[in-house]
Amino acid sequence: MNTNKDNQGTLWEVFLQKKSGQPFIHAGSIHAFDKEMALQNARDTYTRRGEATVVWVVPSHCIVSSTPEDIGSFFDPANDKIYRHPTFYNIPDAIKNM
Amino acid sequence: MKSEKELEEIFEKKLANNEFIEPKDWMPEKYRQHLIRQISQHAHSEVVGMLPEGNWITRAPSLRAKLVLLAKVQDEGGHGLYLYSAAETLGISREEMLEALHTGKAKYSSIFNYPTLTWADIGAIGWLVDGAAIMNQVMLQRTSYGPYSRAMIRICKEESFHQRQGYEIMMRLALGTPEQKQMAQDALNRWWYPTLMMFGPPDSESPHSADAIKWRIKRETNDQLRQKFVNQTVPQAEFIGLKVPDPNLKWNEEKKGYDFTPPDWNEFWRVIKGDGPCNKERLSARIKAHQEGQWVRDAAAAYAKKHSKEMIVS
Repeated sequence: MNTNKDNQGTLWEVFLQKKSGQPFIHAGSIHAFDKEMALQNARDTYTRRGEATVVWVVPSHCIVSSTPEDIGSFFDPANDKIYRHPTFYNIPDAIKNM
Repeated sequence: MKSEKELEEIFEKKLANNEFIEPKDWMPEKYRQHLIRQISQHAHSEVVGMLPEGNWITRAPSLRAKLVLLAKVQDEGGHGLYLYSAAETLGISREEMLEALHTGKAKYSSIFNYPTLTWADIGAIGWLVDGAAIMNQVMLQRTSYGPYSRAMIRICKEESFHQRQGYEIMMRLALGTPEQKQMAQDALNRWWYPTLMMFGPPDSESPHSADAIKWRIKRETNDQLRQKFVNQTVPQAEFIGLKVPDPNLKWNEEKKGYDFTPPDWNEFWRVIKGDGPCNKERLSARIKAHQEGQWVRDAAAAYAKKHSKEMIVS
């Protein structure tokens, strides 16, 4: 689905991995007409100074997002479970390496 | 469903807590319109800003200078793209923004309506124009709209090289032959006041300032940024033996800043309204480039249509 009103191609989101082992981070978006062009445009726009060793491009309309209005109910299941954090447990100071 | 008043309260609270507004968040229509205007005009400035410098790529005095200038102009194109993308998250299409630029409805920074007459002008643009842009953009890194802030952080990382390469050009000329030094001084003389205008009209006459500050789009006023720029730049000129073309320039110990002559605001409004030395040339160059790229966009669209079945994108 091309939601653009213009003739500038589909909107893609660009994710960069700086080095292997590191997470992919969202860099921004670009316009392109196919996968190959999307990769090239992402490279030219977001990696002019060694910002990445791998680039992902994803058509923006393929990304599914939670909505800010749902922030309360959506994340509620995790909000009252403080026992999931290590600081919930009291361990004597004498105990090391824990 | 929340009422408009409740949504507005949530929005105001986020601003008060220094939180960012993201594309899917509710925002007042005036905030959206203010951002569309500001971000798209910022994008246009990056793109039109490629023209005065592009003028010197084929005439750069050395291969090194040419490589540097090419890289800088390429960056400006990239900066335009980051900003167009940020503006698009507000619901305006790239085509609509370009249309507004080409019909003269949207403005771009009036600094680019001045000509680049000598090689020293390339130095002056990097040092002064990019210096002023950085001052503004460092502030905008903390602007309240998330995508704009992220684009600014990326741009600021890259922009520092622009200012340094400009200062290096000025330094080389200023420390060169008397003719070269004169060329550098002449460029400073011509670019000083237009650069001071870049921060926008005085706070007392700035139509958009109050909203911009209220919504934390801007965090400092035009006059504050202009003063900061003068304080920072005067010693840089003195260091290479150039003279800022202002007889009234004087250090003011009390305010810990320079007193200086404001630019000619009549000239500023004249250039904004289209009557600068290069307005027509810049706009017609942009329109020509866009029209000459039409067949590329048409071919790409035809290709995408033909192959739409095998592509995930359609």
